[in-house]
Amino acid sequence: MLDYINSYLSDTVHVTPGEAGNFFWALVYIIAIFAGLSVAVIAMNWLERKILAHMQIRLGPMRVGPHGLLQPVADAIKLLLKEDILPSEADPLVFWLAPLIVVWTAFTVFIVVPFGPTHAVTDMNIGVLFMLGVSSLSVLGVVTAGWASNSHYPLIGALRSSAQMVSYEIAMGLAVVSAVLMSSLNAEGTGTLSRIGLVQAQEAQQTWFIFKFFPLGLIAFFVFAVAMVAETNRAPFDLPEAESELTAGFHTEYSGFRWSLFFLAEYSAMIAVSSIAVTLWLGGWLRPFPHALTGETWDLVFSLFPGITFMFLAAITFYSVARMPKHPYFRVQTIGLAGFGAVLALIGLALFAPPVRDRIQDVYWFVVKVAGFMYLYIWYRGTFPRYRFDQLMKVGWKVLLPIGLGVLILTAVSGIVF
Amino acid sequence: MPDATKFLSHLELGETDQTFLDSNELIINMGPQHPATHGVLRVILKLDGEKVLGTECVIGYLHRGVEKIAEHRTYTMFNPYVDRMDYVAAVSNGLGYCEAVEKLMNVEAPPRANYIRVILTELNRLASHMLWLGTHALDIGAITPLFYTFRDREEILKIFEKYCGARLTTHAFRIGGCLYETYDGFEQDVTRFLKFVAPKIDEYEELLTTNRIWVERTKKVGYITADDCKALGVTGPVLRASGVQWDLRKAQPYAAYKEFDFDIPTGTNGDTYDRYLVRMQEMRQSLRIIDQAVGKIPEGPIMAKVPKVIKPAVGEIYHSIEAPKGELGYFIVSDGSTQPYRVRVRPPSFVNLQALDQMVRGQLVADVVAVIGTLDIVLGEVDR
Amino acid sequence: MQPVATTFFFYFLSAVTVISGLLVITRRNAVHSALALILALIGQAGLYLMLYAPFVAGVQIILYAGGIMVLFLFVIMLVSIEQSLKEEQFSKLWVVGLVSALALGGLFVAVYLKGKGIFPERVMIPPETSNTQEIANYLYGNYMFAFEIASLLLLVAIIGAVVMAKKRI
Repeated sequence: MLDYINSYLSDTVHVTPGEAGNFFWALVYIIAIFAGLSVAVIAMNWLERKILAHMQIRLGPMRVGPHGLLQPVADAIKLLLKEDILPSEADPLVFWLAPLIVVWTAFTVFIVVPFGPTHAVTDMNIGVLFMLGVSSLSVLGVVTAGWASNSHYPLIGALRSSAQMVSYEIAMGLAVVSAVLMSSLNAEGTGTLSRIGLVQAQEAQQTWFIFKFFPLGLIAFFVFAVAMVAETNRAPFDLPEAESELTAGFHTEYSGFRWSLFFLAEYSAMIAVSSIAVTLWLGGWLRPFPHALTGETWDLVFSLFPGITFMFLAAITFYSVARMPKHPYFRVQTIGLAGFGAVLALIGLALFAPPVRDRIQDVYWFVVKVAGFMYLYIWYRGTFPRYRFDQLMKVGWKVLLPIGLGVLILTAVSGIVF
Repeated sequence: MPDATKFLSHLELGETDQTFLDSNELIINMGPQHPATHGVLRVILKLDGEKVLGTECVIGYLHRGVEKIAEHRTYTMFNPYVDRMDYVAAVSNGLGYCEAVEKLMNVEAPPRANYIRVILTELNRLASHMLWLGTHALDIGAITPLFYTFRDREEILKIFEKYCGARLTTHAFRIGGCLYETYDGFEQDVTRFLKFVAPKIDEYEELLTTNRIWVERTKKVGYITADDCKALGVTGPVLRASGVQWDLRKAQPYAAYKEFDFDIPTGTNGDTYDRYLVRMQEMRQSLRIIDQAVGKIPEGPIMAKVPKVIKPAVGEIYHSIEAPKGELGYFIVSDGSTQPYRVRVRPPSFVNLQALDQMVRGQLVADVVAVIGTLDIVLGEVDR
Repeated sequence: MQPVATTFFFYFLSAVTVISGLLVITRRNAVHSALALILALIGQAGLYLMLYAPFVAGVQIILYAGGIMVLFLFVIMLVSIEQSLKEEQFSKLWVVGLVSALALGGLFVAVYLKGKGIFPERVMIPPETSNTQEIANYLYGNYMFAFEIASLLLLVAIIGAVVMAKKRI
């Protein structure tokens, strides 16, 4: 058994556990990703409410725990304890199946997300295609949810989302194909759909694809960035769940745990599509300037970033501790916040240790890039009004699709000429 | 609950003989519990997919019988009730009622009272428009302006609170003038507010006016011509956005309005975007009026000579003012007793709501929400 | 990657495909049928994967399960269920169906018994890594003309659909 575990670590470190055919490590990765994703969704819940609140001159959650840090936990408990309502006229089987489809697709795509050259459950030859395909299945969950509720608002939400997701997938696909074309511009002339391969191609060509054939890469990235917001039903394309029009859209009739599954799926889908954007255009796990700033000094500087980040977070936390009111009523909260800061500081310290900081590098840069996209999602939500359905279709078919096609052709031409 | 189909007589439902592949029209109920109907408005929509084929408003969920109550109260006692109609523009409601009764009694409020009335009413117009802007933007999906406008509306409410002790249902005026003298520092407060709010209005405009999505969502949405407005009796910013320069503050000046210099902003297209621009301009014009008024509030009494027991002679009066939402009129019939024989209110929201059906026919579901927002209705006033 | 438990997965995926295929024609509710059909298509995609054709599997999921079936559902959702439950479910031409099913079964049996010679002795395993490139080479190389003809056919179908659906273009 121990040999079996060690065999992956010692011999074939240069491939993912899935490729090495090592069940144990694949399982470890799956569990790690599942746990990390759950934590990320919980953190996103808190962060979104906080960031949005600060954009809107509010404080956001402040009551449950210091600075509302325990709010997601309270929400989760509330959702689990809530009554699970099944509308009397609903189709019970499909009503039960719909959230499962959504969650299943949202989590399955993560088996090909490369957090580092070897940090993925598996690397597929058709990684990007697999990811787009499986995430396109999530629309089935949305559509069946709307239909099974047997109610008018969810039905309209379902109709909207099916049309929206199918049309934006095309623009998304075209943008992806132009990035895949760029990956084939190496000596052998073989492109790849493997997500690890795509990042390695960027490493080999010494540029992120967003800067390749400027501005072609940038435009393709832009098309993808718009389409991915539409694909995940987020503002300003959140028509299937448009609150002011359809009350809650396709999940109007869902409550409690089933509703929380939709919530979970929405956020993990956001992370999933952001990870596609990061791998295709922003160099995946590569640290900034891997070729311009080389040498041991720079390696050291960049490897200190994870620790510094956590230390910075800890410093903010300790500053907040100092600012907590001195009244005895807040004593427990102050101690809790200090404890939270201490945990952050400990993690930061651990990340400074040389064996850890070298291994955590890739994951850190990947997560940082994805986090940037998450912030953008929240920012959009705070800034933009909602598109109308016909305008959404117009943007998808008449703006993004022609741009995507044009970029694809121009990329192909530039690939041949240069 | 009343049967939905009862209200759909004019929607031409037609035969609904269903066959296997018949995608017949969808009838959905928007409200009375719905996030975007501004209270308890119920709109029954007949849809073909997303397209609106017809609407039917069902009102009365907030009916409190304000007009009937008036018949059992003295003129003075009824005064606070009018604040509860359009509760976001309570000062305007009070002004209309007080002036109507004054006109019925042939009393004139003293100039100082009129100046205070103008300042407070215009502040209230600002507050009302700010609330409209926030909720309208929220309906269209921009959630942030709501909090900005509520932050600034708060400053207005603070001035109200300092002046008369109440923030929302102010009951600021009395028949014959004002009850309260301005508090110390009233002028400074108002001037400070003017300085504070002018850049804030620019801030709202920065967020929305040139925002591509906002423009697409509002241009050519809820279009209504000037003739249709006149035919339906639509007034206020909705009428002005259709290009009619009609403002009761200029057309039949009341209070102290003829002493101030201000413009009537008008639109050309009569769509939601123009109504938005008109209201934004109106906010600036209100600032102009307040700026002129606050500097030269005349000295003198704030209350005209009004008998303790108000008992107008037999007669009737119709008096209307320009409330933030349009023409707010009071028709009061007096039988010579201490209680009005009949009070009829012409609420701008109620009359403007009539235009909803015409404005949304042939447009999409999302536009219904935008149009309800742009009509700026308050259900307390629609149902009374 | 070494294939693991090939036989098990083959039978599992085949069972999924066949059972959900049966569900498609036996369920009275059209939406249930459509969901079963999606399951069948996903099972097929799994079978493609086992045949070392990952690209075809991916395309199967994207196009059939993700795209076309969504449009199917889109239409089916608008059908009134009460009406569809009353409709005749199976065609009256069951005699013809039985005969053709028996004929097809007989063909399968005949091929299995007699035609062993037409199957290759040793199964060739194409390289998994260059699957997409291989397909591209075939499609845009050897079978270019057929590919273009097929796309033209689809274009005609699209235009036909638009003409039929829109009264006024």
